[in-house]
Amino acid sequence: MNRYRDDPAALRALVRDDAVHRALYIDPEIFQLEMERLWARTWIYVGHTSQVPTPGDYITCDIASVPVLMIRQSDATISVLRNRCAHKGAKIVSDWSGNTGRFIRCPYHNWSYRTDGSIAAIPLRQGYDGTDFAQCEAARGLRPVATETYRGFVFARLSEDGPDFKAYFGESLSSIDYMVHRSPEGEIEIAGGVLRYMHDSNWKMFVENLNDTMHPMAAHESSAGTAKELWSGQPDHAPKPMAIEQLVPFAGSYEFFDKMGVRVFANGHSYSGVHFSIHSSYAAVPDYEAAMRRAYGEARAKDILGTVRHNTVYYPSLTIKGAIQTIRVVRPIAVDKTLLESWSFRLKGAPDIFFKRNVTYTRLINSPMSVVGHDDQQCYRLIQEGLAAGGNEWVSLHRDYRPEERGARDLTVNGTSEISMRNQFRAWVSFMGAT
Amino acid sequence: MTEPEITRFIYREARLLDEKRWDAWYELFTEDGHYWVPLTRSQPDAEMHTSLAYEDKLLLRLRIERLRRRPPSQHPESWSQHVLQAPDIEAADDESWLTHTAFHYAEARGDAMQMLTGVVLHHLVRQDGALRIRLKRVDLLNCDAALPSIQLFL
Repeated sequence: MNRYRDDPAALRALVRDDAVHRALYIDPEIFQLEMERLWARTWIYVGHTSQVPTPGDYITCDIASVPVLMIRQSDATISVLRNRCAHKGAKIVSDWSGNTGRFIRCPYHNWSYRTDGSIAAIPLRQGYDGTDFAQCEAARGLRPVATETYRGFVFARLSEDGPDFKAYFGESLSSIDYMVHRSPEGEIEIAGGVLRYMHDSNWKMFVENLNDTMHPMAAHESSAGTAKELWSGQPDHAPKPMAIEQLVPFAGSYEFFDKMGVRVFANGHSYSGVHFSIHSSYAAVPDYEAAMRRAYGEARAKDILGTVRHNTVYYPSLTIKGAIQTIRVVRPIAVDKTLLESWSFRLKGAPDIFFKRNVTYTRLINSPMSVVGHDDQQCYRLIQEGLAAGGNEWVSLHRDYRPEERGARDLTVNGTSEISMRNQFRAWVSFMGAT
Repeated sequence: MTEPEITRFIYREARLLDEKRWDAWYELFTEDGHYWVPLTRSQPDAEMHTSLAYEDKLLLRLRIERLRRRPPSQHPESWSQHVLQAPDIEAADDESWLTHTAFHYAEARGDAMQMLTGVVLHHLVRQDGALRIRLKRVDLLNCDAALPSIQLFL
């Protein structure tokens, strides 16, 4: 179990420029090291400020296998606290969301904490007089972790050491800008519930798949191809049901996905759909477009509405679809178990049709009952089973590999390149301390 | 329609699914019929809130045709078994009925089997002298849980 922990060279040897070792997907020690080194040292998505509008409002989740609490303070700022009583270590808040009131109280011994995590009261506190309590870890309460909020998106970094937020995400943050600016008021809010889909596969398979443009026409032929057939024969002017409008583009050609383009950034981030995407051909909504021109001016409105990026990966935890205002959040549980959450956003000041589109898309693509998701999940599962066997130790990432792409901080290439995956593994090597 | 006729209809509906007689099942729905699996308890709406599934006849036809193609996720093939409690008729007039039926559902695939349970609400109507489904709403007991793939019809 300690094959890699103290051997950076062994870890480094698992990632080549154009291939990765199967151990990355199946070895529990690697998973543990990923949580400690990659997931704890980078900026992980926690939630959105619209989920906690008033002081004391909170949501809970696990990031890097650590339970945390995202909570609104009385001064309107957001804190992310370790959700673990400083006394005996009990997870302190068990609900997914709620309001703590002025104090967060542990159910076991009634230790209570202020919303900033500091200790407010301990019953019979004089019992600690004359002990080393004040100097110990427990006296620090529910320790806050480094937190940054960008346009309402709250990220946390568990480790005290790690990259600065802006430096970590850099220019990739423009995908969040474009998503938020689709609201004529420049604001979005989470609405409509969360789909929680359990995958029995390693987290990296999902993250790699987001900008894998060579799989839709194969894995989704059964769903998108069927949608295309069911609609064939309809006259051109027949109004397209939303489901047809959304599913048929998944059956696009290799040429379509190749010309779409993919752009990669330093630290593992990327997006596909640089020039157009499967979201390019949704029906126009003239009143909304007029409102957008009023809000942003002709040129900027055209830029916002014409930017329809496919998936943006904020490595390793968040993937967003700005054009349809949905996000998928990656919550790794074990080396072969990953929870995927799909959240929907409402564009403030936009007509209901946009939220209906979002809800329809999320349900059709990201639900545990999705005819698209079933085939993705099946393919991840088959990889998980297949990689357990030796014989060939390597997973190929050779498609369109060019040595000059190494070290690039912002590079756009053809859409079917596997560059986004190679780019993720370059970041992986660097954060895993294997360089 | 008598209570035994309503009950027989609901039992047959589940049996058609377990026997994969999807075309006959599809025909049970009215043209404006829907199959709905809400995401939350007491979810008021399916268009402005995400659901696990919300399908009109076009999407039901898509799901059926896809299953017939034996997509990647249907190797090995999935099989279902519904076990129903006797339906309660909650409301009725001359032309429509609202029923409440508790169920257990098992979906098996290869060596794996998952169990689900909940209540199905049928809104049935009489059309051309026969019973038809205007809405089949399936309220899963653990609708808000992190669920694995559910591939067949609940």
